[in-house]
Amino acid sequence: MVDLLVQGLLLGGLYALFALGQSLLFGVMRLTNTAQGDFIVLGAFAAIALAGAWAVHPFVIGLALLPLAFAAGYALQRGVLNRTLGKDPLPSLVVTFGLGVVIQNGLLQAFSADPRSLESGGLATASVALGGHAAGVLPLLIFGLAVAATAGLQWLSTRTATGRRFRAVSDDREAAELMGVDARHVYALATGTAFALVVVAGVLQAVRTTVSPADGPLLLLFAFEAVIIGGMGSFWGTLAGAILLGVTQQLGAWLDPGWGIWAGHIAFLAVLVLRPQGLWPKTRG
Amino acid sequence: MSEVLRTERLEAGYGDARALFGIDFRLDQGELVAIIGANGAGKSTFLKSVTGLVPVPRGAVTWRGEPIGGLRPAQIVARGIAMVPEGRRLFPSLSVEENLLMGASSGRRGPWDLARVYGLFPVLRERRRAPGTALSGGQQQMVAIGRALMSNPELLLCDELSLGLAPVMVREIYAALPGIAAEGMTVVIVEQDVALAQRVSRRVYCFQEGRVSLTGRSDELTREQVAQAYFGH
Repeated sequence: MVDLLVQGLLLGGLYALFALGQSLLFGVMRLTNTAQGDFIVLGAFAAIALAGAWAVHPFVIGLALLPLAFAAGYALQRGVLNRTLGKDPLPSLVVTFGLGVVIQNGLLQAFSADPRSLESGGLATASVALGGHAAGVLPLLIFGLAVAATAGLQWLSTRTATGRRFRAVSDDREAAELMGVDARHVYALATGTAFALVVVAGVLQAVRTTVSPADGPLLLLFAFEAVIIGGMGSFWGTLAGAILLGVTQQLGAWLDPGWGIWAGHIAFLAVLVLRPQGLWPKTRG
Repeated sequence: MSEVLRTERLEAGYGDARALFGIDFRLDQGELVAIIGANGAGKSTFLKSVTGLVPVPRGAVTWRGEPIGGLRPAQIVARGIAMVPEGRRLFPSLSVEENLLMGASSGRRGPWDLARVYGLFPVLRERRRAPGTALSGGQQQMVAIGRALMSNPELLLCDELSLGLAPVMVREIYAALPGIAAEGMTVVIVEQDVALAQRVSRRVYCFQEGRVSLTGRSDELTREQVAQAYFGH
C-alpha cells in the first residue's frame, strides 16, 4: 500500500510538469491551451531528433532546448495567440485546437506513428531503496523537478517585477496598460516560460516511457485534470491536484488494472461537481 | 503660459456607439482644469481617448506639439500622461506597495518614488503590505493617485476622485492636489460635484452629450450659466 501511494505521488510529479505551464497561461491570460499535450509531444520529438544527431545525455539536450522553447513560446504568443485573446474564450480554444491538429499530423509525417523514446543510459530503470521500499531514481528526479518548478513559478510570481506584472495584467489588463505595461509582451513572457516547462515535461516523458504523435490529447487531459482539481491559476494547487490525480490512478489500477486512468477521471469529475473552483484556488499572490 | 495638450474636433466612442462629437480642448502647463457634466456626457470617454484606452477615429490629440492619437496606453504613459481611473481599478492580487510599484512600469525618472508617495499619504506606509483592495475607499483612492504619480507624469488625469467616498475623505484627497500641482504638474479632474470642481480649479469645461457646452474661468462662471450648460435646454 505504501509503495502504491509513493508511486502515485511520484506519478503526480510528472503530471504537475505537464500541468504547470497550463496553470500559468490560465492564471495570467485566461487562456486554455488545448494543444498543451501536443506541445509536450513536440518537445519530446524535438529532443529525439536532436539525440539522433548529437550523442549526449537527454538532459543535456533538454537544457539546450530550454531557450529555444522559450523563444518559440514568446513568438507564438506575439504572432498568434495575442490576437485570439479577449472577452470571448472561443477564438483561443479554436486556434490552439487547430495548432494541436497541425502538430499531430506534422509529427506523423516526419516521424511516422511508431512510439519512440530517449535512451538515458539505464536511468529509467535504476532504483534506490528507501526504508525497505524501492523507488525509481527517475520518478524521484521528476518529482524533485516538479516541486522545484512549482516553487520557482511561485517565486517568480510573488517576488519579481515580472511576476508582479503577470498578476497585474491578470487582474486588470487595461489598468496595467495605463501603468505603462505592454500586456502583449507580458503575455509572451508567460507563454515562453510555459513552453520551457513543456520541453522539460516532454524530455522526461520520452525518457520515462515512449511517445508517439497521437499522445498529445491524453497528456492534455492529465494536465487539464490536475489544473482543475488544484484550482485554476494556483501553482501549489496544481502540484497538489497532480499528486491527487496520480495517487487516484494508482489506487484505481490496484483495484483493477484497467481502472487506473478511469479512476482519475472520476476524481476529476467529483471535484468538478462538488467544488468547481478546485481544491486550492488562487493560493498565489 | 505654454500649451501642453490640445484636442481638435475629437470624436471617440465604443464600437459603433459614439460618445464624443467633436471636443475642442486645450490645457496650459501647470493648470488645474475641471471637467464637469452629467452622467454619460462623455467626460470619462474623453480622458480615456487622451490616454489611448479608447480609439480616436476622428480628430486630433496633440501633446507638446506631437500627435498622440492612436498610440497605445503604454506609449502615452511613457510620454508623461498618467490617469487615475474611475473606480480606482487597483490590482486585487497586489499589495499596496506592489500596486504603487506597478505605476513605475514606464521607467520615467523624476521626483516621485515610494518614499515621496508615502510622504504624501503616510497611512499607505503603514498599510503597505495589505492587499490594495483591503483598504477603505479613501485609502484606495490614495493608492490610485500614488500609483499614477509613480510614473512621474507631467499631466495627471483624475477621473471621479470623490465617487463613493465620505465627505471627510473627499476633503483629504482634494487637499493633496494643490501640493501635487504646485510643482508644475498639470492636472485635469473629472468631477460630479460642481461646487467642488469650481472651487479647486482654474478653468472649467462643461460637457453635455459628447460636446463642450461651456468653458471659462472657474471664478467667472455664474450658477445660472453652469446649470444651463449642465442640464441643457
